[in-house]
Amino acid sequence: MPDFNFLGKLISQVRRDILRMVHNVNSGHPGGSLGCTEFFIALYYEVMELKDDFDMNGANEDLFFLSNGHISPVFYSVLARKGYFPVEELQTFRLIDSRLQGHPTTHEGLPGIRVASGSLGQGLSVAIGAAIAKKLNNDDKIVFTLMGDGELQEGQNWEAIMYAAGRKVDNLIATVDLNGKQIDGATEDVLPMGDISKKFAAFGWEVLILKEGNNLKYIIETLKLAQSKTGKGKPLVIIMHTEMGNGVDYMMHTHAWHGKAPNDELLEVALSQNPETLGDY
Amino acid sequence: MKKYTDQGKADTRSGFGAGLAELGRTNPEVVVLCADLIGSLKIQEFIDENPERFFQIGVAEANMMGIAAGLTIGGKIPFTGTFANFSTGRVYDQIRQSIAYSGKNVKICASHAGITLGEDGATHQILEDIGLMKMLPGMTVINPCDFNQTKAATIAIADYQGPVYLRFGRPKVANFITDNIPFEIGKGIVLNPGTDITIAATGHLVWEALQAAEVLESEGIYAEVINIHTIKPLDTELLVSSVQKTGCIVSAEEHNYLGGLGESISAILAMEIPTPQEFVATKDTFGESGTPAQLMEKYSLNKNAIIIACKKVIDRK
Repeated sequence: MPDFNFLGKLISQVRRDILRMVHNVNSGHPGGSLGCTEFFIALYYEVMELKDDFDMNGANEDLFFLSNGHISPVFYSVLARKGYFPVEELQTFRLIDSRLQGHPTTHEGLPGIRVASGSLGQGLSVAIGAAIAKKLNNDDKIVFTLMGDGELQEGQNWEAIMYAAGRKVDNLIATVDLNGKQIDGATEDVLPMGDISKKFAAFGWEVLILKEGNNLKYIIETLKLAQSKTGKGKPLVIIMHTEMGNGVDYMMHTHAWHGKAPNDELLEVALSQNPETLGDY
Repeated sequence: MKKYTDQGKADTRSGFGAGLAELGRTNPEVVVLCADLIGSLKIQEFIDENPERFFQIGVAEANMMGIAAGLTIGGKIPFTGTFANFSTGRVYDQIRQSIAYSGKNVKICASHAGITLGEDGATHQILEDIGLMKMLPGMTVINPCDFNQTKAATIAIADYQGPVYLRFGRPKVANFITDNIPFEIGKGIVLNPGTDITIAATGHLVWEALQAAEVLESEGIYAEVINIHTIKPLDTELLVSSVQKTGCIVSAEEHNYLGGLGESISAILAMEIPTPQEFVATKDTFGESGTPAQLMEKYSLNKNAIIIACKKVIDRK
């Protein structure tokens, strides 16, 4: 049984990390980061089987690839809180000489990162490659990936979606962060994508729909359900409905905070809604 | 003049296929991905012997590059196979982010490079691929000269850790590199020592350069012919020491002069030892349909073009 008391504190602390990181450099992407905070905590604290030490090949452990690399603040915060690197390093986010680049990269040797992402639409292909390598190596662990919904406008995803189903890459669990928003506005206005779930199903994927993608308990249950369905000849996708900017009232129900940092005053408002629990970096 | 014998015309893509087949037997981590061009890339032998290590991706090159990057994370050594055009320009950003910037050990193997794929025409004749690939930090760029060298290069890059672009072609060309001329990544090969001019050639223009040197010698001009198979990292030391002796250079390649081997040479010579140079290369143009020989003649990429360039640059000394 997950320790929801602890995990709740963690969520609050990670949200503070995200907000303070982007505020410090007056740049970065808080909206999607906040919308996926519960997902990252579920994945790293309750779902994935991970080794204590990081190595690039990740043999005999579950792997995660972040395709929409712009939500690096939540990724960095959870990796640090999980112990991949010192929490203090979060204060270097986007600064010169930092391992915490604006978008995640292997180039600076930050533990926890296995591929660069930021230019959209590439993560699913990489995850498929890593999943195939696991099969070749008789490694029964699972590969996870997270994609944004706007990101599905990139054609490479559909090459990958077709391939994963056609080749029965069934040790793969993709999650789509369906917040309905992208930089220029609502996805429905920028480019209507139709029914994402039906599209994945039509391509031959097993589709799980998570209506409350900011509910930690439901996220954990859905990810575990997906795990139980691996190895059955189909790749899995979780269509996860989230609220961009979740946990900060003025960042919710708008795309305005996709890639914008709060000023001093608004930072204080946001932090007051997310109390310090495990200690700020 | 050193003599080189054409052991029989052969396509460099078949050299790639032969190298890959050997790797299939010797290196269990080598895996091969192809975007619907098995026959053109000559990889059937590898597939027959290692079906579990072959991945037909379909006509989806972007996905192929991403999958290749992912396969390295399990310790595999992926070789991707498609035409040079679809191995580079079509998937530049995938290579840039998922492979080069991510430092992934992917071998991007590109057939049908340049104008001599012939009749298919300019849509398929990429003359910009060396430039695209050499600009990526950390990318090694190799363009072997014949069947034997392509086979040797294919085998060598499996043992090298890091992303590599390996370029070869469709037409049957002279096969003259023997076993006593070993292949070492980053090391140019002096095929013929000379004193009057340096000819630095890559790909099948190396054979054209040797033919040109023979003609020049009959006229009393002694050309040093260097086979530059690795365009990046470039063998600066060898090139500088050669032009110190000869005082002028001609570069020869089946590629646009912008972004090609010649441009790399001129950059290092400008810094180390400014030297008159002529470029045997395409002159910022697209190709067209035709036979390889017709195209090499029309676009001045053959023995005669090299001879003319050599005489011109000697006059500029």
